[in-house]
Amino acid sequence: MTVVREDFREILRLVRPGSRVLDVGCGGGELLELLTREKNIDGRGVEISAQGVSACLARGLAVMQGDADRDLEQFPTGAFDYAILSQTLQATRNPRQVLGELMRIADRAVVSFPNFGHWRVRWSLLRRGRMPETRSLPEPWWSTPNIHLCTLADFNALVDDLDLRIEASVALAEGRPARTIDPTREIENWRAEAALFLLGRRDGPMEPEAPPGDLFGG
Amino acid sequence: MTLTAQTQAIHEDGGTWTFPPSQPLVLDSGARIDGLEIAWRSFGTLNADKSNAVLICHALTLDQHVAGKHPVSGKPGWWTRLVGPGRPLDPARHFIVCANVVGGCMGSTGPASLNPATGKPWGLSFPVITIADMVRAQAMLIEAMGIETLQAVVGGSMGGMQVLQWAVSYPDRLFSAVCVAAAARHSAQNIAFHEVGRQAIMADPDWRGGAYALHGSRPEKGLAVARMAAHITYLSEAALQRKFGRELQRDGLSWGFDADFQVESYLRHQGATFVDRFDANSYLYITRAMDYFDLAAPYGGVLAEAFRKARDVRFCVLSFTSDWLYPTPESRHIVRALNAAGARASFVEIESDKGHDAFLLDEPVMDSALAGFLDAVDGARGLR
Repeated sequence: MTVVREDFREILRLVRPGSRVLDVGCGGGELLELLTREKNIDGRGVEISAQGVSACLARGLAVMQGDADRDLEQFPTGAFDYAILSQTLQATRNPRQVLGELMRIADRAVVSFPNFGHWRVRWSLLRRGRMPETRSLPEPWWSTPNIHLCTLADFNALVDDLDLRIEASVALAEGRPARTIDPTREIENWRAEAALFLLGRRDGPMEPEAPPGDLFGG
Repeated sequence: MTLTAQTQAIHEDGGTWTFPPSQPLVLDSGARIDGLEIAWRSFGTLNADKSNAVLICHALTLDQHVAGKHPVSGKPGWWTRLVGPGRPLDPARHFIVCANVVGGCMGSTGPASLNPATGKPWGLSFPVITIADMVRAQAMLIEAMGIETLQAVVGGSMGGMQVLQWAVSYPDRLFSAVCVAAAARHSAQNIAFHEVGRQAIMADPDWRGGAYALHGSRPEKGLAVARMAAHITYLSEAALQRKFGRELQRDGLSWGFDADFQVESYLRHQGATFVDRFDANSYLYITRAMDYFDLAAPYGGVLAEAFRKARDVRFCVLSFTSDWLYPTPESRHIVRALNAAGARASFVEIESDKGHDAFLLDEPVMDSALAGFLDAVDGARGLR
């Protein structure tokens, strides 16, 4: 839970006021509502469950039922300033294509995922020889929705491959504030339990740096 | 709170609006209807700034009796799940209007009406109408009622098509749009099924070239067969199987062509009761209007262009998993176009095995989605 809150806090910091935002996997619309209230964004959502979409409708949000793998093609190219994919990339069938779609729809993508390179994961696998079950990856291999796990190093490679650029990155951990990291440093691939990235196109203009701190006064 | 609402008397009204000769209905075909009559029914009271009006658009064989008691059948209205005290459309808050479509047979001008020019029933001399013509007539009624902007236009099936047409024809005159189990165009399969129905009617000797009213006959057999065929398309294989399976009417087979199976008996009943309440020529005209419906056609086939001026309208599009008449891809097609036009569109696909008719049935997810959406648009315009 706290990881999610930290996630929101970072996204809130990164997103420019008044921008157009697509939240893919928006659940009941908590983040979109927060962004609408605090940053006056023009938001849209995609959510897989009818219950989630209903909750969003009751919040007055414009949300489409659909899934990241299949339904992003419904959005026109360049329709958004940001496309957000929070803790979902590892659960998609084709993460590379999904990331490509996010960057087609929006100028920038905000993506977070659990880091499979975290030392607990490595230690668990090394020591027990079994698929890790950790705080950020709590389910057994046979029921986990996380079918395409990756490490920070893996993600860096994919970002390179897709001609993208990391414009901001933070490590997220339960019960701790987000920590700005250099994702290319080997040590972070051991230390970060989860990570959140702001991605832009390699040849695109840089985003003006987001102000430090957050809007909760915390 | 619900209790108070239920004990309050709902303000109901209704009647037939006759437009003066100075206000003919000019049709897409170029023809015009003078002295247009539109039968309507309303629930609730129009507020002082006339901002709480909601228009409900009915489906092919339904009518303006969306709630309350039906004057002919005595049955409750067809969308009491949605309209009533404590319901998403509440007469305590909204002024809810539903009008019989032009071409219909429940009080609005249609092929069974008398042609003022001849004093005889129109029959096949009635001009071919379109979904846009139906919407044009509704807009005339709404204007006559003094309503500038509708808080919502809501409809399912053919009603959903009218909702989409409203957004395209009068984007400035509606704040939100709810389109349930519909499509932005009729598919080949849709047209095909309608053609079967029309041929059944026209093959009935009692149809008499559409002039049956003058001969004192009614093509009941043809209309019943049309209804039977259409009714199958409103259900799903799973719903039919669940309801009837291979159950027999009596013990054993008749070794003949009586209604041995319960599903046969059910369909025959559907056909027989339908002819009591529907006019065969109206069926021809309204199915034709649906077949001609292709919202994108005047926009070079690009649906997003049709919605370009409707970007300020808030849309809610719903479909049902087992609806094979207007399947989910049709709704997704609408939503994709709305997104491309930059409109605020929401979309829910509701899990149901009840087929197309699910929009009239017990579907709690539909209820909660619509309640949430309508409540939020009310909030956005200060109606609650």
